[in-house]
Amino acid sequence: MRRTVRGLVGLVGFLAVGEVVGRSGIAPPGYLPPSSLVLTRLVELLATRSFVLDLIATVLAWAIALGIAIAVAVPAGLLLGTVPALRHCARSVIEFLRPIPSVALIPLAIMVFGIGPDTKIFLAVYAAVWPILFNTIYAMDEVDPQLVDTARSFGLGRWPVLTRVSLPSAAPFVATGIRLSASVALVVVVSVEFLAGGSGGLGRFVLESSSGSGRMDLVFAGIAVAGIVGYLVNAGLEWAQRKAFVWSAATGEAS
Amino acid sequence: MPTMLEVTGLGHRYRSKDGEHIALDGLSFDVNAGELVCIVGPSGCGKSTLLRSISGLIRPTSGQVRLHGDVVDGVPSDLAVVFQDYSRSLFPWLSVQRNVEFPLKKSLDKAERRERARQALEQVGLAGAAGKYPWQLSGGMQQRVAIARALAYRPALLLMDEPFASVDAQTRFDLEDLLLRVRREYDTTILLVTHDIDESVYLGDRVVVLSKSPARVVRTLDVDLPAQRDQITTRESEAFVALRSEVARLLHGQPAGDAPTGNGRPSAGRAPAKGKTGTASSAGSTAASSAGSSSGSSEKAASAKAQPSRNGQAANRNRGKGNGAKSRRRGRARR
Ligand SMILES: Nc1ncnc2c1ncn2[C@@H]1O[C@H](COP(=O)(O)OP(=O)(O)OP(=O)(O)O)[C@@H](O)[C@H]1O
Ligand SMILES: [Mg+2]
Repeated sequence: MRRTVRGLVGLVGFLAVGEVVGRSGIAPPGYLPPSSLVLTRLVELLATRSFVLDLIATVLAWAIALGIAIAVAVPAGLLLGTVPALRHCARSVIEFLRPIPSVALIPLAIMVFGIGPDTKIFLAVYAAVWPILFNTIYAMDEVDPQLVDTARSFGLGRWPVLTRVSLPSAAPFVATGIRLSASVALVVVVSVEFLAGGSGGLGRFVLESSSGSGRMDLVFAGIAVAGIVGYLVNAGLEWAQRKAFVWSAATGEAS
Repeated sequence: MPTMLEVTGLGHRYRSKDGEHIALDGLSFDVNAGELVCIVGPSGCGKSTLLRSISGLIRPTSGQVRLHGDVVDGVPSDLAVVFQDYSRSLFPWLSVQRNVEFPLKKSLDKAERRERARQALEQVGLAGAAGKYPWQLSGGMQQRVAIARALAYRPALLLMDEPFASVDAQTRFDLEDLLLRVRREYDTTILLVTHDIDESVYLGDRVVVLSKSPARVVRTLDVDLPAQRDQITTRESEAFVALRSEVARLLHGQPAGDAPTGNGRPSAGRAPAKGKTGTASSAGSTAASSAGSSSGSSEKAASAKAQPSRNGQAANRNRGKGNGAKSRRRGRARR
């Protein structure tokens, strides 16, 4: 409760500063619109059909990308986490691929996937795979061997041990990875929309508002919407994680 | 009585960065069907290693274990283990009830599982805690959940590694008697490791005394007390007192009265050396041994360190057993 109040105080303060700076005339007219104007535009935009379609395009691409990233990274992480030999082999490749910023892959992706939404989805998947993969591998390492022995002593084989012991005890770490990846994927989706244009979305809306008409009030409103989406995604996942893994928080095992 | 378990020339050697450690050095003994055999041995001598080898969790480096005549290679199906590190053997994401049901999943349907678990929890006096989670319980309660889970499984052979180490004296007596009842009722064969000399004599049909590390069998003693035992009268009987003095002597490898011993460990063996008769000294020895033992004394102390958290693991490591999560993982990674 107290935290919420403090958060709100911070937000109101931030908006107030934006308002004052916007009205002070520090920046040339139109460059830094005051908060009130941005908020008004934001509300108007949310009632505009084309903007809502852009918003949906972004959120959809993000959701698909996150889904694919989970479907790829969790099984891969489980495999690499349980078979050390495989992990050592994969390490050099992973260490090479991981630092490549996904925006650097835009030309390549456009060549392969064209200008449609596939490009931004692919790049978002690329960026989102790593946090999930690393957290899953780490989680498999952290599974308490005593728990595994307990299950084995009751006659459970490799597969039941994996599904009934390793997976549940790894789940909180994996969930943290997914939450990190969710933010990363959103950033990448919006950036690619902005840089590569093409397939609609919040990023392209911001691009068009700035380059075509120089409407900074719309630019800021678009950015604010992206920020709000990111905030809601993170808060939602955090809440779900807390609900699902009470035991983990209580035992101090993870995040 | 047919032989259920045959341990012959069993040896185990741990290999780690800083050299080798011989934990078991050619142990041999048998357990007959329906018997309750207690194993006593100095701290760190290799008792847990022995149980792990018997349960097929680790492969012995020499010798063999036979269960029902078959060489153990992998975990046998009708066996259950109550681990010494009980707090880390309960699944924190499952309620107490579900922890107890855990091993029953493949053999029983839902209603039977629930009933079995309810019964077992009632037997250990935890009927009210079924809906709680392990981390909401004290150490002693967690230990009883682990015992309930093993009982609910109804194995042919039950291996128990210091199962009563962190419950209070009264609960300990109750659980000892419960074990004797359960064993008669379900015809379970039990191999139980304990630090507590009195407990080994009170519970056992036979007591296997192990040497200091590396473990060898010093002697196997027949406990010729009547099958029906009683916490008060059995413990004050002459035969009982004589037996536990004998076990103490064997444990320390020297005549009685020569305590203290040279291994620098507070042990159950000292108490009988101080006072040889009566229930008072017998109870005293129980208390002294559990308070002195490295594996936790009262429920409170145990619960403080029993949280399955990083702290808990650190505490385990600090107990100097060398079998904390880290070192065991190293062992696993090599295989
Ligand atoms: N995984 C391991 N790797 C290396 N050494 C180990 C491992 N597990 C146990 N040991 C060593 O083997 C010896 C026997 O350990 P074990 O746990 O079997 O003794 P214990 O008799 O059960 O001890 P306690 O009475 O404290 O329960 C100890 O010296 C211990 O340090
Ligand atoms: Mg032990």
